[in-house]
Amino acid sequence: MGFKDYCFRKSLWVFHFGGASCNNCDIEILDCLTPRHDLERFGILLVGSIRHADVLLVNGSINRRDRDRLLELYRQAPKPILVVAIGACGCTGGIFAEGNTFAGPVDKIIPVDAYIPGCPPKPEAIIAGIVKLAGKK
Amino acid sequence: MSRKTLIPIGPYHPLQEEPELFKLYCDGEIVRDIKWETGYNHRGIEKLSESKSYDQVFFLVERICGICSTSHPFAFANAVEEIVGVEITDRTKYIRSVIGELERIHSHLLWVGLAGHFLGYNTVFMWAWKYREPILDLFEMITGNRNSYAMFKVGGVRRDIEKSKIPAIRREMGVIRKKLDLLTGAVMDDPVIHARTKGVGILTRQDIIDYAAVGPTARASGVDIDVRRDDPYAAYPLVNWKVITAGAGDVFAKAEVRLLEMYESASIIEQCLDALEKLEEGNIALKINEIPAGIGTGRAEAPRGEVFHFVVSDGSNSPARHKIRAPSYTNIATFKKSCIGQTIADATISLAAVDPCYCCTERMAAAYDSSSGEKILNANELIEISMKRTKELRKSEAGHE
Repeated sequence: MGFKDYCFRKSLWVFHFGGASCNNCDIEILDCLTPRHDLERFGILLVGSIRHADVLLVNGSINRRDRDRLLELYRQAPKPILVVAIGACGCTGGIFAEGNTFAGPVDKIIPVDAYIPGCPPKPEAIIAGIVKLAGKK
Repeated sequence: MSRKTLIPIGPYHPLQEEPELFKLYCDGEIVRDIKWETGYNHRGIEKLSESKSYDQVFFLVERICGICSTSHPFAFANAVEEIVGVEITDRTKYIRSVIGELERIHSHLLWVGLAGHFLGYNTVFMWAWKYREPILDLFEMITGNRNSYAMFKVGGVRRDIEKSKIPAIRREMGVIRKKLDLLTGAVMDDPVIHARTKGVGILTRQDIIDYAAVGPTARASGVDIDVRRDDPYAAYPLVNWKVITAGAGDVFAKAEVRLLEMYESASIIEQCLDALEKLEEGNIALKINEIPAGIGTGRAEAPRGEVFHFVVSDGSNSPARHKIRAPSYTNIATFKKSCIGQTIADATISLAAVDPCYCCTERMAAAYDSSSGEKILNANELIEISMKRTKELRKSEAGHE
């Protein structure tokens, strides 16, 4: 196990980017932090700045206005960073993929390490995804 | 020349209906002006709607907003049913109202939690969100999903609420009442919360009328409007309930209206369940073969206010034009009145009170604009300022006793 893998083993700090979404995924991500699911028991913490983050959570379809901001965030992120696309919109664009402002699913803009599908994915699925990612890398 | 501080809020908030960028221009502690930009969440839904069949549009409008994912299908169903000219069955009406009111409870609990977080009461945040979970479990039991329920279709609903499911819903309504008593008691009796929210972010009756604000925002200022009563739809004319209003128009009044509305919602659900028990199972959707050419308008009372859908049909399989107006759109404009002249710490909760929630903790970067010398604060600093104020008040309250 290299130093990089060691760093990603536990206590992942997460930065959340909500693109043009319907908020369902955003709520479910916040829901992960509340008493029923309590993500913090894995040391997972939502942080206020991308410069502190190990994981970038992206949800929602990305429209043309969000695209540049997502790219800029990825540029600012300390590497290596894990990118997780959450929800149907994050993975493929979902129901909004045919929209006139759609600027491609997340993986066409930045490299994605994990996909958590669902509309919205249940908090259990989000937790399972991130914990699996922490073990794998 | 006084140096004006620019505080951006957004653009990416996890709990707003649309991510927006608010710019607070501050002179010292006092907010002098506010501007906002929208468009970060534009998905072209009205245009997309024209390319989908009427059955598919329900799934699309459900995804306008995850928190009110029943209100939009509700209004769209009302609009299309007006074009077709059908009256849905009583059983369908009751089922629709149960879903609508369950949603109101979960949405208001979500707001109470976030408002608590902004005031520095993280316990209220955790409690409110914990109490919200059983409501989501009920949704999962009835519809199969925690959010985005896919319950509506033209002329009816997709799933029945069978007799076997009714006791569980009824039991939960009893439990949620007790939890609400606890939460309401905690909010209403706390002197610090009174000090932080009373007289803060006041919107007068005239402001509400000028800005055409709707929903709990309007009702907290004594404007007695509620689509459920004023333009009856679904089962609301068939059950007994009352519209909650308050007079003060401040943040406390808005919290009061939302907390008391949840009791009304629980009562509406129980009455609907009584009626559902008496009615025979099945018969939840009318068969509608064709949607004729015509114009329909549909209104529904979302947790945040009136949702309005306007549909033009040319007799084909999909809408020729679909116009949507969501409640936050008008409510956001009231920030011009409620925030200007407030301190920064109070502006935080004034913005949140309307319920395009202000929770940009994970959204912003601190930076100095080198050209204009405007200092930019970040979200954590804003919340710290707000929490500090609560702490000071708590100390001074303790000093009095």
